[in-house]
Amino acid sequence: MEILHGIFIDPFITMYELPDLLVQVLWEGFVAGTLYSLIALGFVLIFKASGVFNFAQGIIVVFGALSLVGLHSLGIPAFVALFLCIGIMFALAWLVEFTVLRRLVNQDPIILFMATIGLNYFLIGFGEGVFGGEPKTMITAELGLPTGAFDFDILGGLVSLQQIDITAAVTAGVMVGGLAVFFNKTRIGRGLRAVADDHQAAQSVGISLNHIWIVVWFAAGIVALATGVMWGARSDVSFALSIVALKALPVLILGGFTSISGAIVGGLIIGISEKMAEFYWGPLVGGSIESWFPYFLALLFLWFRPQGLFGEKIIERV
Amino acid sequence: MLYRETGQFKTTYLADMAIFPIRQDYFLMIGILLFAYVIAPLVMNDFWLNSIMIPTMIFALAAIGLNILTGYTGQLSLGHGGFMGVGAYACYKLTSYFPDVNIIIHIFLSGFFAAAVGFVFGLPSLRIKGFYLAVATLASQFFLEWAFGRIAWLYNYNDSGAIEVSSRTLFDIPIAGASAEPVTRYFVVLAIVTFLTWIALNLVRGRFGRCWMAVRDMDIAAELIGIKLLPTKLLAFSVSSYYAGVAGALMVFMWLGAAEVESFDINHSFLILFMVIIGGLGSILGSFLGAIFIWNLPVLLRAIPDMIGVNIGAATVEHMTFMVTGALIIFFLIVEPHGFARLWQITKEKLRLWPFPY
Amino acid sequence: MLMKKLALGAGVAALVGASVLADTQPVQAEDSLYIPLTTYRTGPFAGSGTPIANGLHDYFTMLNERDGGIGGVKLDVEECETGYNAQKGVECYEGTKGKGALVYNPYSTGITLQLIPKAPVDQIPILSMGYGLSATAVGEKFPWTFNVPATYWSQLSAIIKHIDTEDGVKGKKIGYIYLDVGYGREPIPLLDELAAEMGFEVVKIPVGVKEMQNQSSHWLQVRKERPDWMIMWGWGAMNPTAIKEAVKVRFPMDKFVGVWWSGGNVDLRPAGASAKGYKSTNFHGTGTGFKAIQDIMEHVVSKGKSQADPENVGDNYYNRGVMNAVIVAEAIRTAQKITGKSVITGADMREGLEHLDLTEARIAELGLSGFANPMKVTCEDHAGAHPIYIQQWDGAGWHKASDWITPMVDKVRPKLEKAAEDWVADKPDWQMGSC
Repeated sequence: MEILHGIFIDPFITMYELPDLLVQVLWEGFVAGTLYSLIALGFVLIFKASGVFNFAQGIIVVFGALSLVGLHSLGIPAFVALFLCIGIMFALAWLVEFTVLRRLVNQDPIILFMATIGLNYFLIGFGEGVFGGEPKTMITAELGLPTGAFDFDILGGLVSLQQIDITAAVTAGVMVGGLAVFFNKTRIGRGLRAVADDHQAAQSVGISLNHIWIVVWFAAGIVALATGVMWGARSDVSFALSIVALKALPVLILGGFTSISGAIVGGLIIGISEKMAEFYWGPLVGGSIESWFPYFLALLFLWFRPQGLFGEKIIERV
Repeated sequence: MLYRETGQFKTTYLADMAIFPIRQDYFLMIGILLFAYVIAPLVMNDFWLNSIMIPTMIFALAAIGLNILTGYTGQLSLGHGGFMGVGAYACYKLTSYFPDVNIIIHIFLSGFFAAAVGFVFGLPSLRIKGFYLAVATLASQFFLEWAFGRIAWLYNYNDSGAIEVSSRTLFDIPIAGASAEPVTRYFVVLAIVTFLTWIALNLVRGRFGRCWMAVRDMDIAAELIGIKLLPTKLLAFSVSSYYAGVAGALMVFMWLGAAEVESFDINHSFLILFMVIIGGLGSILGSFLGAIFIWNLPVLLRAIPDMIGVNIGAATVEHMTFMVTGALIIFFLIVEPHGFARLWQITKEKLRLWPFPY
Repeated sequence: MLMKKLALGAGVAALVGASVLADTQPVQAEDSLYIPLTTYRTGPFAGSGTPIANGLHDYFTMLNERDGGIGGVKLDVEECETGYNAQKGVECYEGTKGKGALVYNPYSTGITLQLIPKAPVDQIPILSMGYGLSATAVGEKFPWTFNVPATYWSQLSAIIKHIDTEDGVKGKKIGYIYLDVGYGREPIPLLDELAAEMGFEVVKIPVGVKEMQNQSSHWLQVRKERPDWMIMWGWGAMNPTAIKEAVKVRFPMDKFVGVWWSGGNVDLRPAGASAKGYKSTNFHGTGTGFKAIQDIMEHVVSKGKSQADPENVGDNYYNRGVMNAVIVAEAIRTAQKITGKSVITGADMREGLEHLDLTEARIAELGLSGFANPMKVTCEDHAGAHPIYIQQWDGAGWHKASDWITPMVDKVRPKLEKAAEDWVADKPDWQMGSC
């Protein structure tokens, strides 16, 4: 009885009694959600265009942020470093295409997946070798990112919105908008959608697969860089960040591997619900349920829609 | 020349169905067993047994488990590290409830707990496929990790939150715990692994194995020809987790001696998956080759600077190890996406004709 | 086809390499003291591990450079990277124990737990300085394990004492945020007991390893519960994030006390000035204002023999590594004195650790006046509830914020003995010491 009370009644009483905290939890969930969406977006872009489940996306996030901080610590001005980083992301995309993807065309998805785990290992070793394993502080101020907070004395308490979080949400919005325009309005974008639909058909009308792959990995790299900067500013820049990137996986199954809007909606659902669950229901079972709750939520959704919320329906023929 | 089966006639059905229908395979197998049972324990020192042979065997067992699921049944799982943990914790609980029963019986029994957990987490496979399923199995991985840390009953409420192995004996010889000689532990592991490998070899070429492979190749088609998907997939999940569970129990009781939650984290799941894919999907031999390669590559890489007398820092070695491991994995995937097992097959084909390839 | 041949070749090369490896167990030179260091400069905990590794490494190197080793015998220091991973740690142990290892400093509770049962068998002592299993302080039960200068339980009792003198704990609410692994859970039994005895309330907030950098919901919990004080048992990437989040929810920083593993300069740098007032326990000095540290600068760092950035010498964790090295070096000296040998074994080292007596005079002699409090190990007490102090972050560095606080020995010791009893209970053939 007491347990039922704890599950079904107490949390809602807390929500009602402390509305400021409820708003704050929702906000934190929203911000975490936008960042999960950004990471998931990187996965989706690559999966759509090349059918690769890119496990290395998390480490690319770290790698981008580390290069930025590393370059800056060499005395390069922040914005120049940012541009150089975008260059590094391009080089990475080209290298991955040239050394891995091109040679693994037409292999099973699982083989490509394995190859990205290999890439993951390589980048961990390379990144740590070059930049060192110690955590770094994100160059928030140098990049002109705001650091303060807006406080609102409402709802009988305090709701505090960190400016960096607002920036993160805005950045995520801009990125998604930009990518949407890119996909729908540009030539490359149309080519990309064609490739996503059917590799061979696209190739037969003269779309270069290799170029498309580079573009897509580059786009995913830029998304990763943005995520790395934002998340780095919220905590610090270290290799542990790639663990956070695993959170994008439930987002993916929830939203579907091939849907950009799925990544966004999925990210928000996961972000908000995991914070709510941890905050209101976590203490009942000893806390720290955030690590698996999103997966169970995603599983629940999958039970009804096996291809994810926005995924394409797979039609199988014998 | 070396691998020619000319002149080996099968006169009975029994001979035709033997595990090693070719005589050369049979002799090779005897050679390997001879090496594992006689030569290795004689020539190897404690470091070799403890840090190379025992873990390789244990991981090979786990890889066989995952191979049954992923290689034979086509269900990708990223949760095998968690299932190993179930085996380990089950074995720990069994030994603390029934301290008088022999540890080897416990190890075999603990696999069934893992099988049960695998069964439950295999249920989504009926609706979900491919990478969706892979991510879904991550749910089991993270949930189990959480449970190992959160449910104090599992580690007998001790303050450290870790499980520790006390001494266990067989015929008055210590076989588990700190006082057990590496050689004894090696023999126990080897015996269990040999036995379970033999079972697996027969399982996959029998009725169950053929059902699994039919499901792997196309589940709808398999269903059409009368294979029931539900029992087949769940059986694969259970058998696979049984192997993982036994491997987990062996890992704690025969190798590490103590374990905490981190011993079964997601990196283990990936490690085992690596072994299966690099070794060769759908091949028991591949599981062994994969385990040998993936487990010993870092050990070897770490030893190289010492061997050639270059003194670089331990951290640099680690970075290099990561890079080389990653690069080699990509390299091998490019060269032979079907793994070492396939390479061995190609070699065998070559040896059949060698030295007159034309 | 060429690629396939290449792959085959690589496979064969690997096998050949492996067989060569069989012969590469170098026999240790007779006239050196071999100290393997299981350190970690990679992985999610590298931020905390790297400065410690540097401190350890540099002090030993300094002894070699300045004094030619200890008692005229050179130190042979070898690092083995564990990545804070227990399996790699065990591999390091197995790989180095045959070379005449004197002592292991695992720097991970997980690795320590794995090594504890191995120590008596291999006759190599373990020094887990200020971490590991608290119960190993009971020397009769754990003759081969040492955890000077204090156990986690002693430390927790000292923190509670500090809160009591500052604020009075009775009727207060104390939040306990911890890394959800064995390390973070270890102090909980004592915390619960003290709460009942001294009349305060405890709110426990576990942070999973996967949530280390994603703590917003944990700190909202803090906001909801409104504890008067917070105690943190964090490590690695958890620390900087927790401190940032604490700033975010406006928790009063001077009521936020971290364990001594939550007080690295790297942990505080991301929050910088906003974390001013944050407290953490410590048992040694910080900064470079000690003669021994200056010697390290002169003989090691400035000669480029260290991996440490000169700027980071004197950081809290760097000095922690130095402190650890000092204890090891002094134990070696003690062992040399007891046995009369200059090249000692693991068993001799155990004697040395057990008779370690770091007096005020000896500390001054080492050029470390004011760096550490005197320490003495006895056969019964392998930790010795030595006093510790609280330091405070001033936005750029640490300064001492309390006197030396003696832990509540009367409360902690019986618990330690009981825990040791429990640990040994299900191990019938456990080798105990005699005191």
